[in-house]
Amino acid sequence: MAKTIKEINEKIRSGKAVVVTAEEIIDIVEEKGVTQAAREVDVVTTGTFGPMCSSGIYFNIGHSKPRTKLGGGTVFLNDVAAYAGYAAVDVLLGATALPEDDPRNKVYPGEFKYGGGHVIEELVAGKDIKLVVTTYGTDCYPRRKLETWINIRDLNEAVLFNPRNVYQNYNCAVNLSDKVIYTYMGVLKPNLGNANYCSAGQLSPLLNDPLYKTTGIGTRIYLGGGVGYVAWTGTQHNPGVPRGENGVPKGGAGTLALIGDLKQMKPDWLMGTSFQGYGVTLTVGVGIPIPILNEEICRYTAVKDTDILAPIVDYSKTYPQREPGTLGQVSYAKLKSGEIEVSGRRVPTASLSGYPKAVEIAETLKDWIKKGEFLLTEPVAYLPGPDSGYAFKPLNERPLE
Amino acid sequence: MVSKRIVLRFPHRLLDQPIVCNLVKKFDLEFNILKAYVTPREEGLLVLELRGEDGAYDEGVGYLKSLGVSVQPLSQDIIRNIARCTHCGACVVVCPTDALVLEPLTRKVLFYDNKCIGCELCIKACPTRAMETHF
Repeated sequence: MAKTIKEINEKIRSGKAVVVTAEEIIDIVEEKGVTQAAREVDVVTTGTFGPMCSSGIYFNIGHSKPRTKLGGGTVFLNDVAAYAGYAAVDVLLGATALPEDDPRNKVYPGEFKYGGGHVIEELVAGKDIKLVVTTYGTDCYPRRKLETWINIRDLNEAVLFNPRNVYQNYNCAVNLSDKVIYTYMGVLKPNLGNANYCSAGQLSPLLNDPLYKTTGIGTRIYLGGGVGYVAWTGTQHNPGVPRGENGVPKGGAGTLALIGDLKQMKPDWLMGTSFQGYGVTLTVGVGIPIPILNEEICRYTAVKDTDILAPIVDYSKTYPQREPGTLGQVSYAKLKSGEIEVSGRRVPTASLSGYPKAVEIAETLKDWIKKGEFLLTEPVAYLPGPDSGYAFKPLNERPLE
Repeated sequence: MVSKRIVLRFPHRLLDQPIVCNLVKKFDLEFNILKAYVTPREEGLLVLELRGEDGAYDEGVGYLKSLGVSVQPLSQDIIRNIARCTHCGACVVVCPTDALVLEPLTRKVLFYDNKCIGCELCIKACPTRAMETHF
């Protein structure tokens, strides 16, 4: 018995929709079977809370008196470099930006205590941010120097726009070398000292909609503690990777570009993040609702950690040198047990994605939908799927003549 | 028997005194040094696990305080800011004493400050810097 999003929204409005999390649907399908579950359940909510590079914000500061043209000049927010090359007073800040005087890895491993991700968290928290602009003067924008405090409440528009979030599956990172390495997957101890992974597994949005049947451009979502939308295919979207019979990719695959009004988001769900020896980023909370339109979609949402496999990749040589090959596959059930076996050795595991927080996001979204505050959307367009031919290409360098 | 992890701070004037040596001789205490350094202001900081008979332990700590050495539990110097903890577990694999562990059922990270030796490996390993040092 197929349902439509319109029918589900009617139920949400009248407070009758049956909404469960991607954790809860597993037991329901096991107990009642997929046919019954698909009939009874209207929406499954997912969640993830992990460090997500390719996140950032843009905002409009309004015009100073006399006017200042930020575009073409240099702009700093709490000493972190921002970008103003769009126009006169539109400012863009990326999560991985650093202050000019940050020592980076000159004293290895660098600490990376503060950067774009932290500025974003503080702006969302309502803290004053120091804006320093040096630029050139024009007849219509004569001012060359602007130094002021800004606050999110005074900005015209403040928008979170993340070109690549919610990676559908990801590597499990290990270190085969004999020295400690510092990566975006955390500190990796030598000789397979630990294995770090980064996915909410069975609760992760795109692992519950592996073939992008319901999540598409325009999908309304939970983003950073507020409401956001899927804006576009994420960068590095790579739907053609090998998949299991359940449609779940066996490595990093689909990604989403997300957008939303920063003013209604919360600093608890947009957290500045530091990776020793690597840099700064933003930990982002995302939850995507999946309308249970039919049995097939219901079956996808019942995916379990035991059925999702991650490739084990060496980050001392294979990853940085872009060499092919993995050290095998491991299920998220194994990863979450705290220990896996790699090349005959027992290796303790750690996650970078916070599972209890992902549960909290899925529960919050469930609550919003149950209360009738959050309606589902039909995608305006669908994402390129596994058979689309769309692929993530490496950079082929061409020497400058 | 009592065994506690404590942080001692020595004022500059005591830096050349054999205080820990006297402590051991006078009160028959065992110690295990977890951390020791002289700060840029030339004050001494020593993190010890100190063990001995109840009465002797208290007398020993009293002796330290009478000399002007400040004594406080290690648990006041390594703190988790729970508001920033995402329960990811990046700290769990670097903690050498299982003071930071993952609770299997809830998948929450637990911090047992009584097991912490103050090595500070978790401080920089924590992506959201939820682990704080107040040495």
